[in-house]
Amino acid sequence: MMIPACRLSDLPRGEAYRLDIDPPVSVFHTDDGEIFAIDDTCTHQDASLADGWLEGCEVECPLHSSKFDLRTGAVDAPPAKLPVRTHEVLVEDGTIYVRLSTDAPNLPPCIAARLAGGVT
Amino acid sequence: MRTVAVVGASLAGLSAARSLRKRGYDGRLVVIGDEPHRPYDRPPLSKEFLAGTIGEGDLALETDDEDLRAEWLLGSRATGFDRAARAVRLADGREVRADGFVLATGAAARILPGADGLAGVHTLRTLDDARALRDELALGGRLVVIGGGFIGAEVASTAYALGLDVTVIEVAPTPLAASLGPTMGSIVSGLHTDHGVRLRCGVGVKGLSGEHRVDAVLLEDGSTVPADIVVVGVGARPCVEWLEGSGIALDDGVVCGADGRTSLGGVVAVGDCANWYDPRAGRHRRVEHWTGARERPDAAVAALLSWGESEPGVPKPPYFWSDQYGVKIQFAGHAARADSVTVEEGSPDERNVLAVYRRAGRPVAVLGMNQPRLFTRWRKHLAVAA
Repeated sequence: MMIPACRLSDLPRGEAYRLDIDPPVSVFHTDDGEIFAIDDTCTHQDASLADGWLEGCEVECPLHSSKFDLRTGAVDAPPAKLPVRTHEVLVEDGTIYVRLSTDAPNLPPCIAARLAGGVT
Repeated sequence: MRTVAVVGASLAGLSAARSLRKRGYDGRLVVIGDEPHRPYDRPPLSKEFLAGTIGEGDLALETDDEDLRAEWLLGSRATGFDRAARAVRLADGREVRADGFVLATGAAARILPGADGLAGVHTLRTLDDARALRDELALGGRLVVIGGGFIGAEVASTAYALGLDVTVIEVAPTPLAASLGPTMGSIVSGLHTDHGVRLRCGVGVKGLSGEHRVDAVLLEDGSTVPADIVVVGVGARPCVEWLEGSGIALDDGVVCGADGRTSLGGVVAVGDCANWYDPRAGRHRRVEHWTGARERPDAAVAALLSWGESEPGVPKPPYFWSDQYGVKIQFAGHAARADSVTVEEGSPDERNVLAVYRRAGRPVAVLGMNQPRLFTRWRKHLAVAA
């Protein structure tokens, strides 16, 4: 599914935009001008990576300093153990679009438990 | 170096073992732990694990495909260090000889004198402690938490959410004053009263009453607080008794330099048992934070592998977090160095503040309550500025 996220002009370099879908997705505009989209929730514990620290192609979780590679979603520093999903990004007519991954997300245990609780 | 022994199998010990391998150490690696468990994460013990929202499997620190090629001696308590033989003695009589040692034996919860053997009285430090407390909290009733520090406050918050009747007793006039200063300590501990958890400050505990099981906490002002469960959260002491007489300098933990090196060559100390030299503060400091246990072992391992030739970097300002009553609390730096504290964003009444501590106008610490984005920026700024 293709989702419009925000205007490219509204997302300066070094900033992140959080797309409030379920689960939320974050769009990052790196200092080098690249744009990436990954799942917003740290896989270790409930925290928004859009609130984290962006450095190069890496984002550091604002709570417990786990690091994720924006290009692959891989964990570069613990305590997180599982990667975040990456999503395809397209910019058209000045708007950033995100094509959501069809993989299952790696949500932290607390949120996974809550979602499982909501289903039953 | 052919054999390295890491004494302690919690976060600091595991981080040291990981750093050894990451830095190319290819020799024998022995990890000694006094608990029977593989390395697990402690912060959730007072929160999600106690609340029952995560299980023991979620606490594992190692990843499924991780192989440190280590020999794990778990359930083995270190009882002595033989300097001449360069060996750690274990309670079961075994000895582990090594060239290099990483001391990571952590800290143990302080207990109240006279509380031994009284059912219903708990401390919270280990997985086994947390299991026992979780099982009792599930029965409900009146919980009295002795000590309004972070562990006590988190247990109170979790127990409140589970529906218990909770009272927190704090001997100081303001809880958290030592770590946050009196102004912000008072604002953060206001979270208790916001939720109807009773907070009694400025009164000491005289003792506990009860025949086989605790039934009340007796206070020094002569009053009595009825209790079905008591949690004692009055701090921790470094586990270094086993090093007494070893020749390794001890003073509130293992005395070590900014790179973790102890007074004995080839021996470094990390985590809660280590009293590191802090070049920023110009003195030794024992910092019992998760982040230090995760980050500092790498510097200590670098020093160990280079026999002290590596350049110690300046450690990042201490950082810790807490979750209480649904509020994320984050703190970095040293409040004690500040001569002023100002709220830069949010409002104390709404319990969502970003406060900056300054000394002579320069930021030395920052506190966030439900302000993760701003906090991240200030924390980075602090690391550069301080």
